[in-house]
Amino acid sequence: MSTALKSLIDQPYRHGFVTDIESDSVAKGLSEDVIRLISRKKNEPDWLLEFRLKAYRHWLEMTEPTWPNVKYPKIDFQDIIYFSAPKPKKKLASMDEVDPELRRTFDKLGVPLHEQAALAGVAVDVIFDSVSVTTTYKKKLADVGVIFCSFSEAVREHPDLVRKYLGSVVPHGDNYYAALNSAVFTDGSFCYIPKGVKCPMELSTYFRINTQESGQFERTLIVAEEGASVSYLEGCTAPQFDTNQLHAAVVELVALDNANIKYSTVQNWYAGDENGRGGIYNFVTKRGLCKGVNSKISWTQVETGSAITWKYPSCVLLGDNSVGEFYSVALTNHMQQADTGTKMVHIGRNTRSTIISKGISAGGSNNSYRGLVKIGAKADGARNFSQCDSMLIGDRCAANTFPYIQVQNDSAKVEHEATTSKIGEDQLFYFASRGIDAEEAVSMIINGFVKDVFTQLPMEFAVEAGRLLGLKLEGSVG
Amino acid sequence: MTKEEAPVLLEVRGLAAKAGSAQILKGIDFTVRAGEVHAIMGPNGSGKSTLSKVLAGHPAYEVTAGTARFDGQDLLAMAAEDRARAGFFLSFQYPVEVPGVANAQFLRLAYNSIQGARGRDELDPLEFDDYVREKMKLLEMAPAFLDRSLNTGFSGGEKKRNEILQMALLEPRLAFLDETDSGLDIDALRVVANGVNTLRNDDNAVVLVTHYQRLLNYIVPDYVHVMDGGRLVKTGGKELAIELEARGYDWIQKSAA
Repeated sequence: MSTALKSLIDQPYRHGFVTDIESDSVAKGLSEDVIRLISRKKNEPDWLLEFRLKAYRHWLEMTEPTWPNVKYPKIDFQDIIYFSAPKPKKKLASMDEVDPELRRTFDKLGVPLHEQAALAGVAVDVIFDSVSVTTTYKKKLADVGVIFCSFSEAVREHPDLVRKYLGSVVPHGDNYYAALNSAVFTDGSFCYIPKGVKCPMELSTYFRINTQESGQFERTLIVAEEGASVSYLEGCTAPQFDTNQLHAAVVELVALDNANIKYSTVQNWYAGDENGRGGIYNFVTKRGLCKGVNSKISWTQVETGSAITWKYPSCVLLGDNSVGEFYSVALTNHMQQADTGTKMVHIGRNTRSTIISKGISAGGSNNSYRGLVKIGAKADGARNFSQCDSMLIGDRCAANTFPYIQVQNDSAKVEHEATTSKIGEDQLFYFASRGIDAEEAVSMIINGFVKDVFTQLPMEFAVEAGRLLGLKLEGSVG
Repeated sequence: MTKEEAPVLLEVRGLAAKAGSAQILKGIDFTVRAGEVHAIMGPNGSGKSTLSKVLAGHPAYEVTAGTARFDGQDLLAMAAEDRARAGFFLSFQYPVEVPGVANAQFLRLAYNSIQGARGRDELDPLEFDDYVREKMKLLEMAPAFLDRSLNTGFSGGEKKRNEILQMALLEPRLAFLDETDSGLDIDALRVVANGVNTLRNDDNAVVLVTHYQRLLNYIVPDYVHVMDGGRLVKTGGKELAIELEARGYDWIQKSAA
């Protein structure tokens, strides 16, 4: 590998600073007492505490999954802080009263907390460690009946809705990390789009882990009633520590008849240093239920961070004619490991799904696509198209594809295409011989490679994601 | 001005190069002046393509001896992209396919890097579109070429046309055309050859690397070199190509031995 390639991937992480802010943390460790304490701190109703305890007892019986193609030392779940919140100076009456230190933090991250300065037309819920700091544009959204608030607030203000849908897509015992999340989740975002409403702006949650020893366990729940539609964005960063932090989130989406949910993520958790020290363990369960007829759920993810990524945003296509989509770019560099993909479970008739996955591996990283397409016995006329492309940069990285296809209905059509390419000497030489240097060449080749996915992102996000890929790959080619 | 008085564009002396442990070029000497057309012929594995790549700066080859001066500069000391910016062009035998990168986007980036190096204005996408469409007429290429992914799914002939289109855009001082005739049917060969002939002038030069004499019926060389075993073993006029076509390479290999 030439030095030009090498120097292209090695760009420092720009969000690695720590905010010095007093926080209210629960002592390390996990037990029923800790769960009761968290629940009490949040003044939760009994049914929610029961939900947590049921999940916790289930979790105790479970074992950590070993099937992902990733390696890491055993996690000591007693060595994690399960609740950490910036100490409020006083009760907030408006955004202007947000702790200035917090406000500076988010300004630095490019997430302004005042509405005037906020991204035009994007409402933001900001999560700092375990709690939501603020939500913008709440009033404007309420005018059309859209509820967008922190999960804690939703539990207080809209308990019936939360109770109806919480755990309805990802049950409390779904998998090891989902069970853990169900037991200890502290905050997250809640969105509810009423019947027939097209949400007038993009909704967005920005997650920030700040405390070194805390885990982040947030819970997002989005419900789109009949004929409703919403586009939701998620962004995340964390300081640079040489220890690992656990991020085990659960996201549940519910789309009723003719509803449409578009969920986009740009994930830039700290990835660890070039020797693989530190970084976030991103073990996340995301699932959408197309419950109604003609409903549609679309996942778009750009995964660039985390030491380890383990996530499979999925669609359960229950309603007839419902549509699931998954567009993914997963970039790994240095010692990062990713085992990511999707599950499309076709249950209803004439259900359709599309999977476009683009994996980019650089440095000494390991990048796996794992995807399941399952066509149930009653899913007459179901169709799936999957395309899984891998690109290797340099010769120390690895790319793997693990497609699983289960078909129980003769009328189904399932297509799978896969390619592997490499940015190597010959491609770079071709560009060089036209006067184009390695950095520009790699950026052009990568942008071409991810184009099919990036065109699915909302505009502001696409620009940000493009810049992020460029930064991540700077110095990787040579 | 006779050709002997024209300025020297490329002067190669004692050039030797290896790939890994294999010594492929074993001492090459030749000189190209402005306005000239050279042909380098020879059997498979004689080192023809390697010579083109070494001069263009491919990182897989290590120069072990000799010099190459291009337009007064030390060519071998320059990075590949700087050689291109200085006016050295290589038309590839096997252009790489790059899915997702629109041909137009690539052509414009290449054009602008060369323009920038020459201190000339770069073109925005709209201006470039007009400019490139004009050049495409020369090669009888349909505008649809611009929207396709770079070389992806192009037929052999389409790839070669696209290479010569780049030559037309970049206006090099010296163009090495590596087996540009392979994979072309007779009509395409004529179109590509006409394109190259149109681009020739007294200030630039063309080196054709080929197996066959047929291209030389359309682009008539001033000099024909025969390469064998990493050396140029014979040099003559265009009649040498005809003799090679009739007698093969054997007689030269025997007489050189």
